[in-house]
Amino acid sequence: MPKSAPTNDGSAGASNVDSAMEQEMMMPGAEVLLKALEDEGVEVIFGYPGGAVLPIYDALFKNNKIKHILVRHEQAAVHAAEGYARSTGKTGVVLVTSGPGATNAVTGLTDALMDSVPVICLTGQVPTHLIGNDAFQEADTTGITRACTKHNYLVKQGDKLQATVMEAFHVASTGRPGPVLIDLPKDILMKEAPYRGEVIRSVATARYQPAVKPDPAAISAAVDIMMRAERPIIYGGGGLINSGPRASELLTELTHMTGWPTTLTLMGLGALPASDKHFLGMLGMHGTYEANLAMHGCDVMLNMGARFDDRVTGLLSGFSPNSTKIHCDIDPSSVNKNVQVDLAVIGDATMILEAMIAELKKRSFQPHKASLDKWWAQIETWRKRDCLRFSQGGGIIKPQYAIKRLCEMTADKDVYVTTEVGQHQMWAAQYFDFQLPNRWMTSGGLGTMGYGLPAAMGVQVAHPEGVVIDIAGEASFMMNMQELSTLAQYNLPVKMFIINNEWMGMVRQWQELIHGGRYSESYSASLPDFVKLADTFGMTGLVAHEVGDLDGVITQMLDTPGPVIADIRVAKEENCFPMIPSGAAHNDMLLGPEDQAEKPVSEEGMVLV
Amino acid sequence: MSDTQNIERHIMSVLVDNEPGVLARVIGLFSGRGYNIESLTVAETQSDLGLSRISIVTSGTPMVIEQIKAQLARLVPIHSVRDLTENDVAIERELALVKIINSGEERIEALRIADTFRARTLDSTLNSFVFEVTGNSSKVDAFVDLMRSLGQVEVARTGVSAISRGNAIDLEAK
Repeated sequence: MPKSAPTNDGSAGASNVDSAMEQEMMMPGAEVLLKALEDEGVEVIFGYPGGAVLPIYDALFKNNKIKHILVRHEQAAVHAAEGYARSTGKTGVVLVTSGPGATNAVTGLTDALMDSVPVICLTGQVPTHLIGNDAFQEADTTGITRACTKHNYLVKQGDKLQATVMEAFHVASTGRPGPVLIDLPKDILMKEAPYRGEVIRSVATARYQPAVKPDPAAISAAVDIMMRAERPIIYGGGGLINSGPRASELLTELTHMTGWPTTLTLMGLGALPASDKHFLGMLGMHGTYEANLAMHGCDVMLNMGARFDDRVTGLLSGFSPNSTKIHCDIDPSSVNKNVQVDLAVIGDATMILEAMIAELKKRSFQPHKASLDKWWAQIETWRKRDCLRFSQGGGIIKPQYAIKRLCEMTADKDVYVTTEVGQHQMWAAQYFDFQLPNRWMTSGGLGTMGYGLPAAMGVQVAHPEGVVIDIAGEASFMMNMQELSTLAQYNLPVKMFIINNEWMGMVRQWQELIHGGRYSESYSASLPDFVKLADTFGMTGLVAHEVGDLDGVITQMLDTPGPVIADIRVAKEENCFPMIPSGAAHNDMLLGPEDQAEKPVSEEGMVLV
Repeated sequence: MSDTQNIERHIMSVLVDNEPGVLARVIGLFSGRGYNIESLTVAETQSDLGLSRISIVTSGTPMVIEQIKAQLARLVPIHSVRDLTENDVAIERELALVKIINSGEERIEALRIADTFRARTLDSTLNSFVFEVTGNSSKVDAFVDLMRSLGQVEVARTGVSAISRGNAIDLEAK
């Protein structure tokens, strides 16, 4: 969420020059760093030590304000910081060493960049005089991470250290959030450097001031279009979550005052309560029939903080062909990137929604009742297809049923859900109802298997009393399961709900649909016994073999203190529907197995991912 | 996605902080997102403010050109992005150093053409010249083509540098 813009005229700084000189204190760089982190309100760091960052760990040893969570792999540190950030709205902080520490963090940083998560990654570096000499554990970290961070720094002078940290936090959290990396050579951390306190903030943050306040003319033009809408839809995305909880309240207000149908992207779930009757469910590749057909058939589309991702649009030439599109986004580069829109409103979602609602009220907005009723009647006929239906008989557990029961049995609790990537992720998005923002942490843009467990760890650190569940697939789970040790060390009571179908399910599904059922390397062979695995880390392991076991396992999982692994053995060959096959448009969905044969994937679609 | 017709050539003038890595960020953005760079020049222009100007010649559909501008503008060390091709305000110049090796009638002809193009002779031996020619890219192209037909040629070009016409100044006060 953007902080209030600092005064940019420099006068405030000038009048404080004298006191600034007095306040300037010299201390080792590592201590300057920690003081600067404290100034940013940092309470937790996720990290892993190593040679180049030993001075920081030494300073942490003496520091009692910042808590350090020791992960077991640097990728997990970044995902944990992401989980922390996405569930709190604060900036997550990572601390890793040079070389392999930094390169291991790259996947996490890319993930945070794709999903616009504010993260600061502090990396150690060899001392400045050795940079470029292929020194031990040296990597060109700023070079490697240039493409996977919003911005990065190599601090080569101690007197720039504090200002760099200030600007880094400002950049990470202002405008469209993202990961920012600071590379810290060891000599800079050891040598004395000045700490100047808050007086340098306005100068340090002056050069990055993206527009967050919408242009009133654009708001007015948007409302002009909205006033004429007969078959409208609101399409909300992750920008609503990043803008802070107020944006979700305002979206709900807008939905209610207009009576318009609303759909949310994978990143936007929770921005409108799932129980709201205006909510059409998630849209896109595995979105609902009603959401996708309403997108296809609408005459006015109000995009609020979403980016027309290819998972959402499907075939671009067939995407919502007859609508006037309004795109509200904080990042001007999102506009007209994939889809040409009719009107762009640049700004922060909260401010846009406030201005838009005010303007609608000022003009005494009334929806076109007759056309809106007709539109809703049409949507209801789509809803009646009940595209998420499945049949759960006795015996084998359907994965959809497992997630549906998990949702129902935790409905009275404030639950935070993370996921890995694949079928279970899509089923979680479809069958788990989110009523509030910041409760749903999933890797959307990058699609990082192994995201959910470390992210859940970060969420649990931020919400020690919260119920945190990692809905996982068995294959993804194994990508970062070394973090079980971290959960055990800090007794983080994360509940790991493994939808175990013994396949990389989404890979298997695509091989079935597109590659003639040739299941090349997608079977999860040699799986561990998850109950025994839990046992070796001193935590509880549970298993559900058939539908009769399910409720008991969920209850026991929720009631057991400390971390729990629940191994839910589900139907092995279940596919995730509805599905817009690659290369198809919204109105060309596969609703279930019966559709598969009729609609083969086009050659053009085959090359898409 | 975007149509392959309507490829336009645009010259952009980008004011950046003169700090390590800034050129790498700009080039990385172009290569990472698959944009074209026809030429790129960079030099510090205001040392007191620590600013450099990058002139980029690129080509793409109007949608891609808009994307390039928006993507550049969101880089932290970039102060401003101006599309000098818009409204036809660009004055563009390029400098080329052309070495030609030849003799006899062709040598005389090369000197005559150089004179027509207002190229300066910077160096000469009994069988070679080095010419300096300045102009827009098509003039430089034409000169180089003519030289190639008159002998063995080596060329070094600066790439396009550009500025806007009129009395508006693109200067960022820090």
